[in-house]
Amino acid sequence: MSALTITGLCKSFGGLHVTSNVSLNVEPGERRLIIGPNGAGKTTLFNLITGELTPDSGSIQLFEQDITHVPSRRRAHLGMARTYQIITLFARDTIIHNVTLALLGLSPSRWNPMIDLKRQGHFVEHAKKALERVGLGHIANRPLAQTSYGERRRVEIAMALTQNPKVLLLDEPFAGLSIDERRDVQQLLLAIPRDVTIVMIEHNMDVALQFAERITLLHFGEVILEGNRAEVVADPRTREVYLGH
Amino acid sequence: MSGRYFALGVALVALATLPYWMAGIYYINVASQILFYAIFALGLNVLVGYAGLVSLGHAGLFGVTAYATGYMLQLGFGHPIAILVALVVSMFAMAIYAALSLRSTGIGFIMITLALGEILWGLAYRWISLTGGDNGLSLQTRPEPFGYTLSDANAFYYATLVVFLLSIAALTVFVRSPLGAALKGTRDQPRRMNALGYHVWAIRFIACLFSGLLTAVSAILFVYYTQFISPQTLSLTSSAEVLLMVISGGAGTLLGPIFGAGLVVVVKTVVSGFIERWNFLLGAIFVAIVILMPEGLVPGTVRLWKMAWRKREPAAATISGGAEAKP
Repeated sequence: MSALTITGLCKSFGGLHVTSNVSLNVEPGERRLIIGPNGAGKTTLFNLITGELTPDSGSIQLFEQDITHVPSRRRAHLGMARTYQIITLFARDTIIHNVTLALLGLSPSRWNPMIDLKRQGHFVEHAKKALERVGLGHIANRPLAQTSYGERRRVEIAMALTQNPKVLLLDEPFAGLSIDERRDVQQLLLAIPRDVTIVMIEHNMDVALQFAERITLLHFGEVILEGNRAEVVADPRTREVYLGH
Repeated sequence: MSGRYFALGVALVALATLPYWMAGIYYINVASQILFYAIFALGLNVLVGYAGLVSLGHAGLFGVTAYATGYMLQLGFGHPIAILVALVVSMFAMAIYAALSLRSTGIGFIMITLALGEILWGLAYRWISLTGGDNGLSLQTRPEPFGYTLSDANAFYYATLVVFLLSIAALTVFVRSPLGAALKGTRDQPRRMNALGYHVWAIRFIACLFSGLLTAVSAILFVYYTQFISPQTLSLTSSAEVLLMVISGGAGTLLGPIFGAGLVVVVKTVVSGFIERWNFLLGAIFVAIVILMPEGLVPGTVRLWKMAWRKREPAAATISGGAEAKP
């Protein structure tokens, strides 16, 4: 059984084919890297997988269940979580409140208008644990506005992990990080247990290549190449697409 | 923290004893007006402040409730039935209003609500068989809950105060609840909320209903207070006025809309007796608020207060040895 199966996925914006006939198969527990130059359609592919965009044709299956027409919010309940390339957090709130919102999203009590959220001990505990996992436990109550870019990246990852996803989609988790921060995030990702399948978009080759087992190369919305780390690195098409010679 | 509870206690005592220290019935009536307009502003604030959806048609909804109450009374029904029917009709009206306007957010939402408010105003003005057109509807009596007649200014004030306190309690609970947190989340990051598993549309719809309920409650108090309803109440000016109460007091805060309502009502009723161009004065006050405290009176005052403390703190710290600088 595959964790994520994409078959013949197409998406156009007007005359521009951003995703054309993309098929992918990701096994449970796999670490998949999606690479490709700017405009290759990587983030669009993520938006199609998470349901923020609807494909023109093709299908998406999550653990054999067809989710092509399942709304985005339901996909979160089915075990899909993502992080954003452009950090998308609740800037007015504290770090722990951000993580609490992620926890609450999958809990039936998100509809409750009567109880005091701050007094829900289990949420607070869970959120604290998730933050300790990403090394932010000591600043849990700090307002997000007072955190660094690298810390925010880790908050994003903590929010995704706290939802216990089966499939985790990471959109450029290393973008904009310093060398030290990159190492922290890398260790964090390596520590994620194997029952989580990870699909990652990344430009930063040295960190990403260490992490990924299989690599898919996208170019102008099409899958040009797919294979294990050594195959893709050695293939002349990778050089051609990335370096133009 | 204890300072906050102390202030709250003082405010409650002041409100509860108001008829005993306030100079005359006229001012007690002004206080009643402030309280029910505050409920209206709190209702609008659910959308403007917590959902990030600016409605410019709330006076239309306010009018639906007021007309429904007046019409039911005119048909000869008693007060409890009239109030109940008015609430049900208002919630239906709000559901339709929300379903239409929630197709959009931002400017789109504003424009749809503006149009819907104008439609309701037009109906009030033209559907003469139902609304009496320009002549409006008059209410003969005020209700007598538990044999306690509200025709007296003091009694009406206390009834309004009770409803006001219940409303603000309900809003306080809501804002702190998971659903309240979710609503604020949809205001700040709707896309992220959706990806986290929240039904953004449904959360906004519920917020609209809650806003509509508070609006309806305030409209019932209003229509019993004035014992009259005319299309003027549904005009765009009225919608804008409540929006100004919310924004000038501080959108997204519990106390802001109450102070905003106080400001607008006092200038409109009391100050207008002394200054003919009170509209000009109100405009000048708003301009001053926007320049000095763009976040609103209540959060702005809190900010200035904190700044003043921070300036004094280093001085206090050196005198007291640094430990007990905070109040």
